[in-house]
Parts: sequence; C-alpha cells; structure tokens
Amino acid sequence: MLKELNIVGTEDTPGIIFDSQKNVFELSGRSLPEDVVSFYKPVIEWLDELEKNPIENLEFSFKLDYFNTASSKLILDILLKVNDIFSDGTPMKIKWHFLAMDKDLEEAGEEFSELVEVPFELVAY
Amino acid sequence: MDNQTNKITANPKSLKYFYDFHKLMEQSEIIMVYAGEFSQALTKTLLSFTERKFNVEKLEDNVKRKIYNIMVEMLQNISKNALDNDHAITGNSPIFMIGESSDFYFLISSNKISNLNIPALKNRIDEVNSLDSEGLKQLYKEVRINGSFSKVGGAGIGVIDMARKSENALVYEFVRLNDEFSMYSLLIRVSRNV
Repeated sequence: MLKELNIVGTEDTPGIIFDSQKNVFELSGRSLPEDVVSFYKPVIEWLDELEKNPIENLEFSFKLDYFNTASSKLILDILLKVNDIFSDGTPMKIKWHFLAMDKDLEEAGEEFSELVEVPFELVAY
Repeated sequence: MDNQTNKITANPKSLKYFYDFHKLMEQSEIIMVYAGEFSQALTKTLLSFTERKFNVEKLEDNVKRKIYNIMVEMLQNISKNALDNDHAITGNSPIFMIGESSDFYFLISSNKISNLNIPALKNRIDEVNSLDSEGLKQLYKEVRINGSFSKVGGAGIGVIDMARKSENALVYEFVRLNDEFSMYSLLIRVSRNV
C-alpha cells in the first residue's frame, strides 16, 4: 500500500494529493517555489515507490494555474517518470486541466503531451 | 558647495527634493521600483502588490498573466543569483522596476553578475532575439530537456520563457564595474494590446 502524500498548497507552492484509497492523484495551484528540487523531492520519491508497487488505471490530474520555468523542468521529470511506469506495462493516464482562456497553459500541456507516450488528455474548464 | 543639497535625502531644510523625486517617478511612468535585498518573500510581496494593482485597473487577463510570468522569472533570477557582497559596493545593489507607457508595460531589472557569465548570457539573448515564436518554442523545448536549470549563470531557460511571453525583443546592457563584475540590465516589454 502506497503512503498518502498530502502537501497543502500555498501562494507559491502547489497543493499535492496522492491518495490511493480515495483514488485522487492531483497537483493544483501555483508553482514557483524557491527551491524546486527539494519541494518536488517527495513527489519523485512517491513515484519511485509507485514504480515498485504499480497501481493500474491511475489518473494523474494537473490543475495548475501557473508554474515557473524551474517548475516546468520538474513537471517534465514527473511526467517522464509516469511515462516510464506506463511503458513498463501499467496502464495510466494524465489529465492536464487549463483555464479555457489561458493559451499559454494550453500550449504548455500540448508541449508536454508531445514528450510522452502515456495517454494525455487536455481538459479546458 | 553643499553636496547634500543635490541629493534626495533627509534634508532638514526642505522636503522639496522628495516631491521632485516623486514627480520624476511619475514622469518616468514608473509604477513601482524596488532596490535592495531580493528574496523569495520579497518576490511574493511584489507579485501580490502588482496583481492587486492590475486587478483594480482591470487589465486584460493575458496581459496580466504575461507580466506575472516575466516578473517571477526576473525576480527569482535576481534572488538566486544574488552575490554575497551585493551590498558591499554602494550603488550596485539589484533593482527592479515596472512601468507603463502608452504602448507597453515594461519591466526592468539590473543586478551584478560575474564577468565570466556575460558571453553565454549575451549569446543566449541575441539568439532569443533572432527567433520567431515557433523558433522560441523549439529552443524552449530543447533547453528544458537538455539544460540543467540549477546552473547559476543566467543562460538558462528563463530568458527564453520571458521572450516567449514578451513577444518583443529583449533589450540588455552590461556595464563593467571592475575585472570581476558587471551590472547586467534587462528591459522586457509587454504590449498593452495583445
């Protein structure tokens, strides 16, 4: 059983909930932490655990309003990690939510989707 | 000659200099200027100040987002690259300002950098200025995959992202301070109507 990851969002860091009991795997809010590597370390570690104990048909939701360039690199690391687990034979899915008017976030989603094989759905809200 | 009277300091004889300073700011179309120590806490403060102001002024959402994006990269660039002895040389502390003209919002930063970092940074900005939006997109993707963002030196992905958001050429200048350091100034414009 994977441990629950629950990081409360702040004005410069996203809220993160990875909860296999509730079947919620979500990042939301703004991401511009001072130190992206240490902020996202628990997320990467959680994904390392997932790789060892994969859950089928897991759906990761990105509901970010904004992220800086340093976070963009870490989001890519997360997506590539998810992609690895998918490529090893565990079906999963990414949902990239963006405000319908926010062309930059939509384009960012498209650019990420081109870099992975895992099913990647763009959802306007 | 009394040097003191030429300065906008606490002159006990008159506060006219303060008034003149305020007028100069208004004439220069400056919305906000901050000089001194930069940190993540300050970045958050300046961002929320600017967001509030632009919400009151009912700026278009995409203009607000562009300014916000560029501000984050500029401010974090200053605070991450802050050199320990920034305050040791008077007049060379980092500065950030935001202003508006009839056509543009403009953001300017100036901070001290090592002379060793200038060639890579200059090359990157020149490269970015030579590309159209599709070229910038490709460069951004390439650098994000291959680049190490932790590298201090300013030639990373931030400049590319700011250029994409700005949609105007980046204007820069290096002013040599001594054998080791220069001041690096960057002007980024966001068109009022995009």
